[in-house]
Amino acid sequence: MTTTELKRVANVLRQDIISMLVTSKSGHPGGSLSAAEIVTTLFFHEMRINPQDPRWVDRDRFVLSKGHAAPVLYAALAEKGYFPKEELQGLRQTGHMLQGHPDMKKTPGVDMSTGSLGQGLSAANGMALAGKLDGKDYRVFVLLGDGEMAEGQVWEAAMAAAHYKLDNVTAVLDFNGLQIDGTTESVMCSTPLTEKWRAFCWHVIEVDGHDVAALLAAFAEAKQVKGKPSIIIAKTVKGKGVSFMENVAGWHGNAPSVEQGEQALKELREEALNLG
Amino acid sequence: MADKMATRDAYGKALLVLGAENPKVVVLDADLSKSTKTADFGKKYPERFFNMGIAESNLLGTAAGLAAAGKIPFASTFAIFAVGRAFEQIRNSIAYPKLNVKIAATHAGITVGEDGGSHQAIEDVAIMRAVPNMVVLVPADGEETRQVILAAAKYYGPVYIRMGRLAVPTLFGEDYHFEIGKANVLREGTDVAIMANGVMVAMALEAAAELAAEGISVSVVNVASVKPLDEATIVQVAKQTKAVVTAEEHNIIGGLGGAIAEVLGEKQPTPMVRVGLKDTFGESGRPQELLEKYGLTKADLIQAVREVLTKKLG
Repeated sequence: MTTTELKRVANVLRQDIISMLVTSKSGHPGGSLSAAEIVTTLFFHEMRINPQDPRWVDRDRFVLSKGHAAPVLYAALAEKGYFPKEELQGLRQTGHMLQGHPDMKKTPGVDMSTGSLGQGLSAANGMALAGKLDGKDYRVFVLLGDGEMAEGQVWEAAMAAAHYKLDNVTAVLDFNGLQIDGTTESVMCSTPLTEKWRAFCWHVIEVDGHDVAALLAAFAEAKQVKGKPSIIIAKTVKGKGVSFMENVAGWHGNAPSVEQGEQALKELREEALNLG
Repeated sequence: MADKMATRDAYGKALLVLGAENPKVVVLDADLSKSTKTADFGKKYPERFFNMGIAESNLLGTAAGLAAAGKIPFASTFAIFAVGRAFEQIRNSIAYPKLNVKIAATHAGITVGEDGGSHQAIEDVAIMRAVPNMVVLVPADGEETRQVILAAAKYYGPVYIRMGRLAVPTLFGEDYHFEIGKANVLREGTDVAIMANGVMVAMALEAAAELAAEGISVSVVNVASVKPLDEATIVQVAKQTKAVVTAEEHNIIGGLGGAIAEVLGEKQPTPMVRVGLKDTFGESGRPQELLEKYGLTKADLIQAVREVLTKKLG
Protein backbone atom coordinates (compact mmCIF):
# COMPACT_ATOMS: atom_id res chain seq x y z
CA MET A 1 0.00 0.00 0.00
CA THR A 2 1.12 3.56 -0.68
CA THR A 3 1.27 6.04 2.19
CA THR A 4 -1.86 7.72 0.80
CA GLU A 5 -3.70 4.41 0.82
CA LEU A 6 -2.57 3.78 4.37
CA LYS A 7 -3.81 7.23 5.39
CA ARG A 8 -7.16 6.35 3.86
CA VAL A 9 -7.29 3.12 5.87
CA ALA A 10 -6.51 5.04 9.07
CA ASN A 11 -9.39 7.36 8.23
CA VAL A 12 -11.72 4.41 7.71
CA LEU A 13 -10.66 2.95 11.06
CA ARG A 14 -11.44 6.27 12.75
CA GLN A 15 -14.89 6.36 11.18
CA ASP A 16 -15.51 2.78 12.31
CA ILE A 17 -14.35 3.62 15.83
CA ILE A 18 -16.83 6.48 16.06
CA SER A 19 -19.74 4.55 14.61
CA MET A 20 -19.20 1.51 16.83
CA LEU A 21 -18.90 3.63 19.98
CA VAL A 22 -22.08 5.54 19.12
CA THR A 23 -23.88 2.21 18.90
CA SER A 24 -22.31 0.65 22.00
CA LYS A 25 -22.79 3.87 24.01
CA SER A 26 -19.62 3.05 25.93
CA GLY A 27 -15.93 2.57 25.20
CA HIS A 28 -12.72 4.51 24.76
CA PRO A 29 -12.50 6.85 21.77
CA GLY A 30 -9.47 9.00 22.69
CA GLY A 31 -6.78 6.35 22.83
CA SER A 32 -8.32 4.43 19.93
CA LEU A 33 -8.18 7.46 17.64
CA SER A 34 -4.62 8.32 18.68
CA ALA A 35 -3.40 4.87 17.59
CA ALA A 36 -5.11 4.72 14.18
CA GLU A 37 -1.96 5.27 12.08
CA ILE A 38 0.11 2.96 14.31
CA VAL A 39 -2.36 0.11 13.99
CA THR A 40 -2.91 0.77 10.28
CA THR A 41 0.77 0.68 9.40
CA LEU A 42 1.19 -2.52 11.41
CA PHE A 43 -1.78 -4.45 10.04
CA PHE A 44 -1.70 -3.14 6.47
CA HIS A 45 2.03 -2.99 5.91
CA GLU A 46 4.44 -4.28 8.50
CA MET A 47 2.96 -7.45 9.90
CA ARG A 48 3.12 -10.87 8.25
CA ILE A 49 -0.42 -12.08 8.83
CA ASN A 50 -3.16 -13.97 7.06
CA PRO A 51 -6.78 -13.12 7.91
CA GLN A 52 -7.85 -16.48 6.42
CA ASP A 53 -5.67 -18.27 8.97
CA PRO A 54 -5.72 -16.26 12.21
CA ARG A 55 -3.83 -18.96 14.15
CA TRP A 56 -1.11 -19.47 11.52
CA VAL A 57 1.91 -20.51 13.60
CA ASP A 58 4.38 -18.42 11.61
CA ARG A 59 2.36 -15.20 11.78
CA ASP A 60 3.59 -12.03 13.40
CA ARG A 61 1.80 -11.40 16.70
CA PHE A 62 0.17 -8.25 17.97
CA VAL A 63 -0.54 -7.59 21.64
CA LEU A 64 -2.70 -4.59 22.47
CA SER A 65 -1.35 -3.94 25.94
CA LYS A 66 -3.47 -0.78 26.17
CA GLY A 67 -6.48 -3.02 25.78
CA HIS A 68 -9.03 -0.23 26.20
CA ALA A 69 -8.13 0.85 22.66
CA ALA A 70 -9.87 -2.34 21.49
CA PRO A 71 -12.07 -0.40 18.99
CA VAL A 72 -9.09 0.52 16.81
CA LEU A 73 -7.93 -3.10 16.80
CA TYR A 74 -11.41 -4.40 15.99
CA ALA A 75 -11.79 -1.84 13.19
CA ALA A 76 -8.45 -2.96 11.72
CA LEU A 77 -9.29 -6.67 12.01
CA ALA A 78 -12.66 -6.14 10.30
CA GLU A 79 -11.12 -3.98 7.57
CA LYS A 80 -8.48 -6.65 7.08
CA GLY A 81 -11.17 -9.32 6.72
CA TYR A 82 -10.85 -11.34 9.93
CA PHE A 83 -14.61 -11.01 10.43
CA PRO A 84 -17.51 -9.14 8.79
CA LYS A 85 -17.75 -5.42 9.43
CA GLU A 86 -21.28 -5.85 10.81
CA GLU A 87 -19.72 -7.42 13.91
CA LEU A 88 -18.39 -3.98 14.86
CA GLN A 89 -21.91 -2.92 15.76
CA GLY A 90 -22.00 -5.65 18.44
CA LEU A 91 -19.17 -4.04 20.41
CA ARG A 92 -19.63 -4.43 24.19
CA GLN A 93 -23.05 -6.01 23.81
CA THR A 94 -24.23 -9.21 25.47
CA GLY A 95 -23.70 -12.31 23.39
CA HIS A 96 -21.43 -10.64 20.83
CA MET A 97 -17.79 -11.47 20.26
CA LEU A 98 -16.30 -7.99 20.55
CA GLN A 99 -15.64 -7.59 24.25
CA GLY A 100 -14.90 -4.27 25.94
CA HIS A 101 -11.28 -5.35 26.04
CA PRO A 102 -9.61 -7.83 23.63
CA ASP A 103 -10.47 -11.51 24.20
CA MET A 104 -8.36 -14.00 22.26
CA LYS A 105 -10.88 -16.75 22.87
CA LYS A 106 -13.76 -14.87 21.29
CA THR A 107 -12.26 -12.77 18.51
CA PRO A 108 -10.29 -14.09 15.52
CA GLY A 109 -7.09 -12.12 15.01
CA VAL A 110 -6.66 -11.24 18.68
CA ASP A 111 -3.39 -12.86 19.78
CA MET A 112 -3.63 -12.07 23.48
CA SER A 113 -6.38 -11.17 25.94
CA THR A 114 -5.55 -7.83 27.49
CA GLY A 115 -7.20 -4.96 29.27
CA SER A 116 -5.59 -4.94 32.65
CA LEU A 117 -2.76 -2.49 32.01
CA GLY A 118 0.87 -3.44 32.34
CA GLN A 119 0.58 -7.07 31.27
CA GLY A 120 0.97 -6.98 27.49
CA LEU A 121 4.73 -6.68 27.18
CA SER A 122 5.28 -9.74 29.38
CA ALA A 123 2.99 -11.78 27.14
CA ALA A 124 4.73 -10.44 24.03
CA ASN A 125 8.08 -11.46 25.50
CA GLY A 126 6.78 -14.96 26.14
CA MET A 127 5.66 -15.29 22.52
CA ALA A 128 9.04 -13.96 21.37
CA LEU A 129 10.95 -16.43 23.58
CA ALA A 130 8.86 -19.26 22.13
CA GLY A 131 9.62 -18.05 18.61
CA LYS A 132 13.35 -18.05 19.29
CA LEU A 133 13.15 -21.52 20.86
CA ASP A 134 11.33 -22.85 17.82
CA GLY A 135 13.72 -21.20 15.39
CA LYS A 136 10.87 -19.19 13.88
CA ASP A 137 11.32 -15.74 12.39
CA TYR A 138 7.96 -14.28 13.39
CA ARG A 139 7.97 -10.94 15.17
CA VAL A 140 5.90 -9.74 18.07
CA PHE A 141 4.48 -6.23 18.23
CA VAL A 142 3.02 -4.71 21.36
CA LEU A 143 1.20 -1.41 21.69
CA LEU A 144 1.66 0.31 25.05
CA GLY A 145 -0.05 3.37 26.48
CA ASP A 146 1.80 6.20 28.16
CA GLY A 147 -0.39 6.16 31.27
CA GLU A 148 0.50 2.47 31.41
CA MET A 149 4.15 3.41 31.98
CA ALA A 150 3.24 3.79 35.67
CA GLU A 151 2.67 0.01 35.92
CA GLY A 152 5.71 -1.66 37.46
CA GLN A 153 5.29 -4.83 35.43
CA VAL A 154 6.11 -2.89 32.24
CA TRP A 155 9.59 -2.27 33.58
CA GLU A 156 10.02 -5.85 34.79
CA ALA A 157 9.18 -6.92 31.26
CA ALA A 158 11.39 -4.23 29.71
CA MET A 159 14.31 -5.56 31.74
CA ALA A 160 13.57 -9.15 30.75
CA ALA A 161 13.21 -8.38 27.01
CA ALA A 162 16.66 -6.79 26.99
CA HIS A 163 18.13 -9.57 29.17
CA TYR A 164 16.92 -12.20 26.71
CA LYS A 165 17.93 -10.04 23.72
CA LEU A 166 14.46 -10.20 22.22
CA ASP A 167 15.13 -8.43 18.94
CA ASN A 168 11.92 -10.03 17.66
CA VAL A 169 9.94 -7.74 19.98
CA THR A 170 8.94 -4.28 18.79
CA ALA A 171 6.99 -2.13 21.20
CA VAL A 172 5.13 0.99 20.16
CA LEU A 173 4.32 3.57 22.79
CA ASP A 174 1.23 5.61 22.00
CA PHE A 175 2.51 8.78 23.63
CA ASN A 176 -0.64 10.90 23.64
CA GLY A 177 0.07 12.59 26.96
CA LEU A 178 -3.36 12.14 28.49
CA GLN A 179 -4.99 9.64 30.84
CA ILE A 180 -8.27 9.45 32.72
CA ASP A 181 -7.47 11.92 35.46
CA GLY A 182 -5.59 14.42 33.31
CA THR A 183 -2.18 14.79 31.69
CA THR A 184 0.32 11.98 32.30
CA GLU A 185 2.63 14.75 33.44
CA SER A 186 0.24 15.71 36.25
CA VAL A 187 -1.08 12.25 37.19
CA MET A 188 2.23 10.40 37.31
CA CYS A 189 5.17 11.82 35.46
CA SER A 190 6.77 9.04 33.42
CA THR A 191 9.14 11.20 31.39
CA PRO A 192 11.83 11.23 30.21
CA LEU A 193 10.72 8.08 28.40
CA THR A 194 13.42 7.91 25.75
CA GLU A 195 16.15 7.96 28.37
CA LYS A 196 14.32 5.38 30.51
CA TRP A 197 13.94 2.88 27.69
CA ARG A 198 17.54 3.47 26.57
CA ALA A 199 18.67 2.87 30.13
CA PHE A 200 16.79 -0.45 29.99
CA CYS A 201 18.99 -1.34 26.97
CA TRP A 202 16.31 -0.93 24.30
CA HIS A 203 16.79 0.58 20.87
CA VAL A 204 14.60 3.70 20.92
CA ILE A 205 13.09 5.39 17.89
CA GLU A 206 11.05 8.58 18.21
CA VAL A 207 8.44 9.46 15.60
CA ASP A 208 5.32 11.47 14.95
CA GLY A 209 2.71 8.75 15.48
CA HIS A 210 0.39 10.21 12.86
CA ASP A 211 3.05 10.40 10.13
CA VAL A 212 2.54 7.22 8.16
CA ALA A 213 5.83 7.47 6.26
CA ALA A 214 7.73 8.05 9.50
CA LEU A 215 6.07 5.03 11.12
CA LEU A 216 6.98 2.81 8.17
CA ALA A 217 10.58 4.00 8.40
CA ALA A 218 10.59 3.34 12.16
CA PHE A 219 9.33 -0.22 11.70
CA ALA A 220 11.94 -0.81 9.01
CA GLU A 221 14.64 0.45 11.36
CA ALA A 222 13.39 -1.71 14.25
CA LYS A 223 13.50 -4.78 12.01
CA GLN A 224 17.20 -4.21 11.34
CA VAL A 225 18.17 -3.92 15.01
CA LYS A 226 19.69 -7.16 16.29
CA GLY A 227 20.50 -8.27 19.82
CA LYS A 228 18.04 -5.99 21.58
CA PRO A 229 14.36 -5.11 21.49
CA SER A 230 13.13 -1.87 19.93
CA ILE A 231 10.56 0.63 21.03
CA ILE A 232 8.99 3.25 18.83
CA ILE A 233 7.91 6.20 20.93
CA ALA A 234 5.12 7.62 18.83
CA LYS A 235 4.04 11.13 19.74
CA THR A 236 0.33 11.29 19.15
CA VAL A 237 -2.74 13.39 19.81
CA LYS A 238 -5.42 11.79 21.92
CA GLY A 239 -8.73 11.89 20.03
CA LYS A 240 -6.88 12.63 16.76
CA GLY A 241 -9.09 13.39 13.79
CA VAL A 242 -12.15 14.62 15.69
CA SER A 243 -11.79 18.30 16.55
CA PHE A 244 -13.75 18.32 19.77
CA MET A 245 -12.03 15.17 21.08
CA GLU A 246 -8.44 16.18 20.36
CA ASN A 247 -6.33 16.65 23.48
CA VAL A 248 -9.32 16.40 25.83
CA ALA A 249 -8.81 13.89 28.66
CA GLY A 250 -12.59 13.61 29.09
CA TRP A 251 -12.76 11.64 25.83
CA HIS A 252 -10.63 8.85 27.28
CA GLY A 253 -13.54 6.64 28.20
CA ASN A 254 -16.77 8.28 27.12
CA ALA A 255 -18.69 7.39 24.00
CA PRO A 256 -20.02 10.13 21.73
CA SER A 257 -23.77 10.75 21.53
CA VAL A 258 -25.55 10.26 18.22
CA GLU A 259 -25.21 13.99 17.44
CA GLN A 260 -21.56 14.10 18.45
CA GLY A 261 -20.98 10.97 16.39
CA GLU A 262 -22.52 12.60 13.32
CA GLN A 263 -20.33 15.66 13.78
CA ALA A 264 -17.24 13.46 14.18
CA LEU A 265 -18.07 11.40 11.09
CA LYS A 266 -18.67 14.57 9.09
CA GLU A 267 -15.19 15.79 9.97
CA LEU A 268 -13.63 12.44 9.17
CA ARG A 269 -15.43 12.21 5.82
CA GLU A 270 -14.13 15.67 4.94
CA GLU A 271 -10.64 14.54 5.82
CA ALA A 272 -11.09 11.51 3.58
CA LEU A 273 -12.08 13.75 0.69
CA ASN A 274 -8.93 15.80 1.22
CA LEU A 275 -6.85 12.62 1.09
CA GLY A 276 -8.15 12.19 -2.45
CA MET B 1 11.32 -45.92 47.97
CA ALA B 2 12.55 -43.07 50.12
CA ASP B 3 10.92 -42.87 53.55
CA LYS B 4 10.53 -39.16 53.25
CA MET B 5 10.65 -36.68 50.44
CA ALA B 6 9.51 -33.09 50.06
CA THR B 7 6.93 -32.63 47.33
CA ARG B 8 9.16 -29.91 45.85
CA ASP B 9 11.93 -32.48 45.41
CA ALA B 10 9.56 -34.80 43.61
CA TYR B 11 8.58 -31.86 41.41
CA GLY B 12 12.20 -31.26 40.41
CA LYS B 13 12.57 -34.91 39.44
CA ALA B 14 9.28 -35.00 37.53
CA LEU B 15 10.38 -31.96 35.52
CA LEU B 16 13.42 -33.88 34.30
CA VAL B 17 11.13 -36.66 33.07
CA LEU B 18 8.89 -34.14 31.34
CA GLY B 19 11.88 -32.36 29.85
CA ALA B 20 12.97 -35.57 28.15
CA GLU B 21 9.45 -36.55 27.08
CA ASN B 22 8.06 -33.30 25.81
CA PRO B 23 10.05 -30.58 24.06
CA LYS B 24 7.16 -28.16 24.55
CA VAL B 25 7.77 -28.08 28.30
CA VAL B 26 9.61 -24.96 29.45
CA VAL B 27 10.31 -23.83 33.00
CA LEU B 28 10.39 -20.34 34.46
CA ASP B 29 11.56 -19.33 37.89
CA ALA B 30 12.06 -16.15 39.86
CA ASP B 31 15.49 -16.52 41.45
CA LEU B 32 14.38 -19.43 43.62
CA SER B 33 15.32 -22.34 41.40
CA LYS B 34 17.42 -24.03 44.06
CA SER B 35 14.51 -23.90 46.50
CA THR B 36 11.70 -24.73 44.09
CA LYS B 37 13.94 -27.47 42.63
CA THR B 38 13.65 -26.28 39.04
CA ALA B 39 17.44 -25.80 38.93
CA ASP B 40 18.11 -29.36 37.75
CA PHE B 41 15.83 -28.85 34.76
CA GLY B 42 17.70 -25.60 34.12
CA LYS B 43 21.02 -27.43 34.10
CA LYS B 44 19.84 -30.18 31.81
CA TYR B 45 17.75 -28.03 29.46
CA PRO B 46 19.24 -24.54 29.73
CA GLU B 47 17.60 -23.36 26.49
CA ARG B 48 14.17 -24.19 27.93
CA PHE B 49 14.75 -22.64 31.32
CA PHE B 50 14.13 -18.95 31.95
CA ASN B 51 15.17 -17.27 35.15
CA MET B 52 13.01 -14.16 35.25
CA GLY B 53 14.67 -12.61 38.26
CA ILE B 54 12.74 -11.42 41.28
CA ALA B 55 9.75 -10.27 39.26
CA GLU B 56 6.78 -12.56 39.73
CA SER B 57 4.21 -10.51 37.82
CA ASN B 58 6.42 -10.66 34.76
CA LEU B 59 7.16 -14.34 35.44
CA LEU B 60 3.48 -15.30 35.15
CA GLY B 61 2.83 -12.84 32.32
CA THR B 62 5.72 -14.25 30.29
CA ALA B 63 4.51 -17.77 30.94
CA ALA B 64 1.16 -16.72 29.45
CA GLY B 65 2.89 -15.54 26.28
CA LEU B 66 4.90 -18.75 25.99
CA ALA B 67 1.67 -20.75 26.33
CA ALA B 68 -0.05 -18.57 23.72
CA ALA B 69 2.74 -19.57 21.35
CA GLY B 70 2.33 -23.30 22.00
CA LYS B 71 4.67 -24.02 24.90
CA ILE B 72 3.75 -25.77 28.16
CA PRO B 73 5.28 -23.48 30.76
CA PHE B 74 5.80 -24.52 34.36
CA ALA B 75 6.14 -21.27 36.30
CA SER B 76 7.64 -21.70 39.73
CA THR B 77 8.16 -19.61 42.80
CA PHE B 78 6.94 -19.73 46.38
CA ALA B 79 3.16 -20.00 46.69
CA ILE B 80 2.90 -16.65 48.44
CA PHE B 81 4.59 -14.83 45.54
CA ALA B 82 2.83 -16.69 42.74
CA VAL B 83 -0.69 -16.34 44.09
CA GLY B 84 -0.07 -13.19 46.10
CA ARG B 85 2.11 -10.95 44.00
CA ALA B 86 0.98 -12.21 40.63
CA PHE B 87 -2.68 -12.90 41.32
CA GLU B 88 -4.02 -10.62 38.68
CA GLN B 89 -1.57 -11.81 36.05
CA ILE B 90 -2.77 -15.33 36.80
CA ARG B 91 -6.38 -14.20 36.63
CA ASN B 92 -6.28 -12.01 33.54
CA SER B 93 -3.32 -13.20 31.46
CA ILE B 94 -3.64 -16.95 32.20
CA ALA B 95 -7.03 -18.08 33.49
CA TYR B 96 -9.27 -15.68 31.55
CA PRO B 97 -7.85 -16.76 28.17
CA LYS B 98 -7.45 -20.34 29.52
CA LEU B 99 -3.80 -20.53 28.58
CA ASN B 100 -1.84 -23.70 29.17
CA VAL B 101 0.29 -22.51 32.10
CA LYS B 102 1.18 -24.68 35.09
CA ILE B 103 1.71 -22.62 38.21
CA ALA B 104 3.93 -24.95 40.22
CA ALA B 105 4.19 -23.26 43.59
CA THR B 106 6.33 -24.52 46.44
CA HIS B 107 6.79 -23.49 50.07
CA ALA B 108 3.07 -23.40 50.77
CA GLY B 109 1.67 -23.43 54.28
CA ILE B 110 3.24 -23.02 57.71
CA THR B 111 5.73 -25.87 57.23
CA VAL B 112 7.84 -23.25 55.44
CA GLY B 113 8.89 -22.81 59.05
CA GLU B 114 11.60 -20.38 60.06
CA ASP B 115 11.00 -17.79 57.30
CA GLY B 116 7.80 -16.89 59.11
CA GLY B 117 4.30 -15.68 58.37
CA SER B 118 5.28 -13.38 55.50
CA HIS B 119 6.38 -16.41 53.49
CA GLN B 120 3.72 -18.93 54.52
CA ALA B 121 0.86 -18.97 52.02
CA ILE B 122 -2.26 -20.05 53.88
CA GLU B 123 -4.88 -18.61 51.54
CA ASP B 124 -3.59 -19.68 48.13
CA VAL B 125 -6.00 -22.58 47.61
CA ALA B 126 -8.99 -20.39 48.44
CA ILE B 127 -7.85 -17.73 45.99
CA MET B 128 -6.98 -20.08 43.13
CA ARG B 129 -10.14 -22.12 43.63
CA ALA B 130 -12.29 -19.05 43.07
CA VAL B 131 -10.79 -18.37 39.63
CA PRO B 132 -12.75 -19.86 36.70
CA ASN B 133 -10.79 -22.24 34.41
CA MET B 134 -8.27 -22.99 37.17
CA VAL B 135 -7.48 -26.54 38.27
CA VAL B 136 -6.13 -26.77 41.84
CA LEU B 137 -4.02 -29.75 42.92
CA VAL B 138 -2.43 -30.44 46.32
CA PRO B 139 -0.33 -33.63 46.34
CA ALA B 140 0.40 -35.50 49.56
CA ASP B 141 3.75 -37.15 48.90
CA GLY B 142 6.53 -37.58 46.39
CA GLU B 143 4.83 -40.21 44.26
CA GLU B 144 1.59 -38.30 44.09
CA THR B 145 3.51 -35.15 43.17
CA ARG B 146 5.19 -37.00 40.32
CA GLN B 147 1.82 -38.11 39.01
CA VAL B 148 0.25 -34.68 39.56
CA ILE B 149 3.00 -32.98 37.54
CA LEU B 150 2.68 -35.46 34.67
CA ALA B 151 -1.11 -35.16 34.71
CA ALA B 152 -0.91 -31.36 34.73
CA ALA B 153 1.35 -31.44 31.68
CA LYS B 154 -1.11 -33.68 29.82
CA TYR B 155 -4.14 -31.56 30.70
CA TYR B 156 -4.72 -28.49 28.51
CA GLY B 157 -5.33 -25.38 30.59
CA PRO B 158 -4.18 -23.54 33.68
CA VAL B 159 -3.28 -25.62 36.73
CA TYR B 160 -2.21 -24.49 40.18
CA ILE B 161 -0.06 -27.06 41.97
CA ARG B 162 0.60 -26.53 45.66
CA MET B 163 3.76 -28.09 47.08
CA GLY B 164 5.70 -27.89 50.30
CA ARG B 165 9.20 -27.35 51.57
CA LEU B 166 9.15 -29.98 54.27
CA ALA B 167 10.06 -33.63 53.71
CA VAL B 168 6.90 -35.70 54.15
CA PRO B 169 6.43 -39.47 54.57
CA THR B 170 6.16 -41.48 51.40
CA LEU B 171 2.64 -42.90 51.28
CA PHE B 172 2.21 -44.27 47.80
CA GLY B 173 3.96 -46.60 45.46
CA GLU B 174 3.89 -46.58 41.68
CA ASP B 175 0.66 -48.58 41.76
CA TYR B 176 -1.08 -45.50 43.15
CA HIS B 177 -3.19 -43.69 40.59
CA PHE B 178 -3.83 -39.97 40.64
CA GLU B 179 -6.34 -38.46 38.31
CA ILE B 180 -7.47 -34.82 38.01
CA GLY B 181 -10.99 -34.59 39.45
CA LYS B 182 -10.77 -37.85 41.42
CA ALA B 183 -10.44 -38.31 45.16
CA ASN B 184 -8.77 -41.44 46.47
CA VAL B 185 -10.29 -43.42 49.32
CA LEU B 186 -7.16 -44.62 51.11
CA ARG B 187 -8.94 -46.37 53.93
CA GLU B 188 -12.51 -47.56 54.20
CA GLY B 189 -14.42 -46.73 57.38
CA THR B 190 -17.97 -46.46 58.62
CA ASP B 191 -18.08 -44.10 61.60
CA VAL B 192 -16.38 -40.98 60.32
CA ALA B 193 -14.36 -39.76 57.35
CA ILE B 194 -11.23 -37.63 57.33
CA MET B 195 -10.90 -35.83 54.02
CA ALA B 196 -7.42 -34.38 53.72
CA ASN B 197 -4.73 -33.28 51.33
CA GLY B 198 -1.07 -32.30 51.35
CA VAL B 199 0.89 -32.91 54.54
CA MET B 200 -2.30 -33.76 56.45
CA VAL B 201 -2.90 -37.04 54.58
CA ALA B 202 -0.13 -38.92 56.38
CA MET B 203 -1.44 -37.67 59.73
CA ALA B 204 -4.98 -38.66 58.79
CA LEU B 205 -3.84 -42.22 58.13
CA GLU B 206 -2.02 -42.34 61.46
CA ALA B 207 -5.05 -40.93 63.29
CA ALA B 208 -7.32 -43.49 61.62
CA ALA B 209 -5.05 -46.35 62.69
CA GLU B 210 -4.99 -45.12 66.26
CA LEU B 211 -8.76 -44.66 66.39
CA ALA B 212 -9.29 -48.14 64.94
CA ALA B 213 -7.66 -49.52 68.09
CA GLU B 214 -10.47 -47.84 70.04
CA GLY B 215 -13.07 -49.36 67.78
CA ILE B 216 -13.76 -46.20 65.76
CA SER B 217 -13.86 -46.95 62.07
CA VAL B 218 -12.38 -44.04 60.10
CA SER B 219 -12.45 -43.60 56.36
CA VAL B 220 -9.55 -41.56 54.93
CA VAL B 221 -10.03 -39.76 51.64
CA ASN B 222 -7.15 -38.04 49.87
CA VAL B 223 -8.52 -35.04 48.03
CA ALA B 224 -5.51 -33.90 46.03
CA SER B 225 -7.77 -32.53 43.32
CA VAL B 226 -9.44 -29.62 45.12
CA LYS B 227 -10.78 -28.35 41.82
CA PRO B 228 -12.35 -30.06 40.04
CA LEU B 229 -13.63 -31.72 43.19
CA ASP B 230 -14.74 -35.35 43.14
CA GLU B 231 -18.23 -34.59 44.42
CA ALA B 232 -19.50 -38.11 43.82
CA THR B 233 -16.92 -39.74 46.06
CA ILE B 234 -17.24 -37.07 48.74
CA VAL B 235 -21.03 -37.37 48.85
CA GLN B 236 -20.88 -41.15 48.81
CA VAL B 237 -18.40 -41.32 51.69
CA ALA B 238 -20.34 -38.73 53.68
CA LYS B 239 -23.54 -40.68 53.14
CA GLN B 240 -21.82 -43.75 54.53
CA THR B 241 -20.06 -42.21 57.54
CA LYS B 242 -22.46 -39.37 58.35
CA ALA B 243 -19.59 -37.38 59.87
CA VAL B 244 -16.71 -35.61 58.13
CA VAL B 245 -13.48 -34.01 59.30
CA THR B 246 -11.52 -32.01 56.76
CA ALA B 247 -7.79 -31.43 57.17
CA GLU B 248 -5.49 -29.06 55.35
CA GLU B 249 -2.42 -26.95 55.93
CA HIS B 250 -4.36 -23.85 54.95
CA ASN B 251 -6.82 -21.41 56.39
CA ILE B 252 -10.10 -23.16 57.25
CA ILE B 253 -11.77 -20.47 55.14
CA GLY B 254 -12.12 -21.21 51.45
CA GLY B 255 -9.77 -24.15 51.03
CA LEU B 256 -10.44 -27.88 51.07
CA GLY B 257 -12.74 -27.64 54.10
CA GLY B 258 -14.69 -24.86 52.46
CA ALA B 259 -14.96 -26.75 49.19
CA ILE B 260 -16.26 -29.89 50.90
CA ALA B 261 -18.66 -27.90 53.09
CA GLU B 262 -20.10 -26.33 49.91
CA VAL B 263 -20.72 -29.71 48.33
CA LEU B 264 -22.09 -31.41 51.41
CA GLY B 265 -24.19 -28.39 52.36
CA GLU B 266 -26.02 -28.64 49.05
CA LYS B 267 -26.02 -32.36 48.37
CA GLN B 268 -25.56 -34.28 51.61
CA PRO B 269 -25.79 -32.14 54.76
CA THR B 270 -23.38 -33.78 57.18
CA PRO B 271 -21.89 -32.80 60.56
CA MET B 272 -18.39 -31.45 59.91
CA VAL B 273 -15.31 -30.21 61.68
CA ARG B 274 -12.65 -28.38 59.71
CA VAL B 275 -9.04 -28.77 60.78
CA GLY B 276 -6.71 -26.10 59.47
CA LEU B 277 -5.39 -22.68 60.38
CA LYS B 278 -8.15 -20.91 62.23
CA ASP B 279 -8.08 -17.70 60.22
CA THR B 280 -4.68 -16.75 61.52
CA PHE B 281 -1.24 -16.15 60.03
CA GLY B 282 1.69 -18.37 60.92
CA GLU B 283 5.00 -17.34 62.45
CA SER B 284 8.66 -18.33 62.53
CA GLY B 285 9.56 -21.65 64.06
CA ARG B 286 10.42 -25.24 63.37
CA PRO B 287 7.80 -26.82 61.11
CA GLN B 288 6.87 -29.54 63.60
CA GLU B 289 6.48 -27.00 66.41
CA LEU B 290 4.30 -24.81 64.21
CA LEU B 291 2.08 -27.75 63.24
CA GLU B 292 1.56 -28.38 66.94
CA LYS B 293 1.00 -24.75 67.83
CA TYR B 294 -1.55 -24.24 65.07
CA GLY B 295 -3.46 -27.45 65.62
CA LEU B 296 -2.34 -29.52 62.65
CA THR B 297 -1.26 -32.81 64.21
CA LYS B 298 -2.53 -36.36 64.51
CA ALA B 299 -3.75 -35.48 68.01
CA ASP B 300 -5.76 -32.57 66.62
CA LEU B 301 -7.34 -34.86 64.04
CA ILE B 302 -8.28 -37.37 66.73
CA GLN B 303 -9.79 -34.56 68.78
CA ALA B 304 -11.73 -33.36 65.70
CA VAL B 305 -13.03 -36.89 65.09
CA ARG B 306 -14.35 -37.07 68.65
CA GLU B 307 -15.96 -33.68 68.24
CA VAL B 308 -17.70 -34.57 65.00
CA LEU B 309 -18.86 -37.90 66.42
CA THR B 310 -20.50 -35.99 69.27
CA LYS B 311 -22.30 -33.84 66.70
CA LYS B 312 -23.30 -36.89 64.71
CA LEU B 313 -24.73 -38.70 67.67
CA GLY B 314 -26.36 -35.42 68.79
